[in-house]
Amino acid sequence: MTETVLVLGGGQAGAQAAASLRQEGFGGRILLIGAEPLLPYQRPPLSKAFLAGELPRERLLIKPEAFYRQADIEPMLGVAATALDVQARHLSLDDGRRLAFDRLLLATGGRPRPLDCPGADHSRLHYLRTVADVEHLRRHFHTGARLVIIGAGYIGLEVAAVAAKHGLRVTVLEAAPRALARVTSPEVSAFFQRIHTEAGVEIRCNTGVVRIEGTADLARVITGDGAGLDADLVLAGIGLLPNVELAQSAGIACDNGILVDELGNTSAAGILAAGDCANHPNAIYGCRFRLESVHNAIEQAKTAAATMAGKRKPYAQVPWFWSDQYDIKLQTAGINRGYDSVVVRGDPATRSFAVFYLLGERLLAVDAINRPAEFIAARTLIPRRAAVDATRLADDAVPVKDLLA
Amino acid sequence: MIKVTYIEHNGTQRIVDVEAGVSLMEAAVSNLVPGIDGDCGGVCACATCHVFVDDAWLARLAPMESMEDAMLNLAEGRDANSRLACQLKAAPELDGLVLRTPIGQH
Ligand SMILES: Cc1cc2nc3c(=O)[nH]c(=O)nc-3n(C[C@H](O)[C@H](O)[C@H](O)COP(=O)(O)OP(=O)(O)OC[C@H]3O[C@@H](n4cnc5c(N)ncnc54)[C@H](O)[C@@H]3O)c2cc1C
Ligand code: FES
Repeated sequence: MTETVLVLGGGQAGAQAAASLRQEGFGGRILLIGAEPLLPYQRPPLSKAFLAGELPRERLLIKPEAFYRQADIEPMLGVAATALDVQARHLSLDDGRRLAFDRLLLATGGRPRPLDCPGADHSRLHYLRTVADVEHLRRHFHTGARLVIIGAGYIGLEVAAVAAKHGLRVTVLEAAPRALARVTSPEVSAFFQRIHTEAGVEIRCNTGVVRIEGTADLARVITGDGAGLDADLVLAGIGLLPNVELAQSAGIACDNGILVDELGNTSAAGILAAGDCANHPNAIYGCRFRLESVHNAIEQAKTAAATMAGKRKPYAQVPWFWSDQYDIKLQTAGINRGYDSVVVRGDPATRSFAVFYLLGERLLAVDAINRPAEFIAARTLIPRRAAVDATRLADDAVPVKDLLA
Repeated sequence: MIKVTYIEHNGTQRIVDVEAGVSLMEAAVSNLVPGIDGDCGGVCACATCHVFVDDAWLARLAPMESMEDAMLNLAEGRDANSRLACQLKAAPELDGLVLRTPIGQH
């Protein structure tokens, strides 16, 4: 009998897993099921070139349609799975169909965390996760429009950069004392706050939103300190909720994501998970992470595909991520969680510097701002887990390649 | 439209029509040329679009920016004729360009 693999979720991880299954020699049926009507596409441009109107929709696709035909992968788009039966091994869809499987990959990603305050149903309040979201947002994304962004995370700041370039009047509200507080150091936060301020974006920290008022085509954002900001457009970028409900109600173990082992297996036999929805162990750090990045989605999908094809390719990666804002390319390698000191190399005033995160003498991560060499060096140094010399790291006169010696 | 030839590590050749302005990473991916991943979508962040440029063409390409040069150090088997295909944009003067793709990206 031909085996059937269901890949649930037509995003970055789903597309990669389907492709990798064939590369690993899997000869059975592959169905790629996605709730969105589009073939798997790249999300990073949604807050960058696509929002800026520099890239048509078709060019977002991860693989062209012909690829799926050639690889004999059957996309089923615009349908959502509603229930999973682990014992009977079938998946129910919202169009009434029920699909049997031998193995199932949960690549369900996540959804924007909804704003939780009165008025959060205002028609001018938007989120940013899908092409459809951008298309809605763009209706009012015009020169001179007032845009209020709630949340100074990467997505919020990337949108702020595009909006400022397009002549929107942008205010960013952040509840924490600084931008990017959850992901980076005060040094890097200060840098991004400065370049946004220079571009005319106003960032208000320590500012929570208590309510959204207004009429149909004007939102009034009321902040904790009693101020009210009129906005033609409001974007909330306050984090992601992993899509775990299907797994959870099927009895699969979840804890901030669907729990998987280093091969991508969940607690249910023959069911795997990968990407933004998966909480996975990382041998380099000796702890578990749930990450939201392209690299993580791709590498976990490769691991899961190998497992489903009967091979063994344990996940052991230095995570990495990038963000583009104005002429700045931020590249992060590693995860800085738990760092106890930072080393700054180069001068932030020059828009080219790197911040290394250390725990004792061990390098955990780097944020490299227009500094690809430091980013690459960190990707080599981090898995070594060896002691690094902070003085040399800080000394811009020491060539990067010598840091690896 | 220009014609670009991609030669796989095993010698298989494919001639692809590429619209001016489109990157040679994107052209490879959308024409199912194996050996090029393009994980970051062409923003010079991943180095999974490494190609070798035919020697006859090397000098005719726009020189590398420092970001590309640095990122190429991640590519396996970097050589004097290595480039990142996402940083090469189709233009009339590149009609007939020949690129070799590696067996796989790093
Ligand atoms: C605006 C934006 C900018 C970003 N920028 C960057 C960046 O610069 N660099 C970077 O590394 N990362 C970036 N990311 C993150 C990156 O895009 C994600 O980490 C990646 O897309 C995760 O892939 P995934 O396959 O796990 O999830 P997704 O891409 O979210 O795919 C999951 C898919 O599953 C579908 N699905 C969920 N549940 C069901 C169901 N029950 N039935 C059917 N289908 C279902 C969803 O509709 C969705 O299409 C960005 C993300 C966004 C939103
Ligand atoms: S596609 Fe990522 S560097 Fe070229």
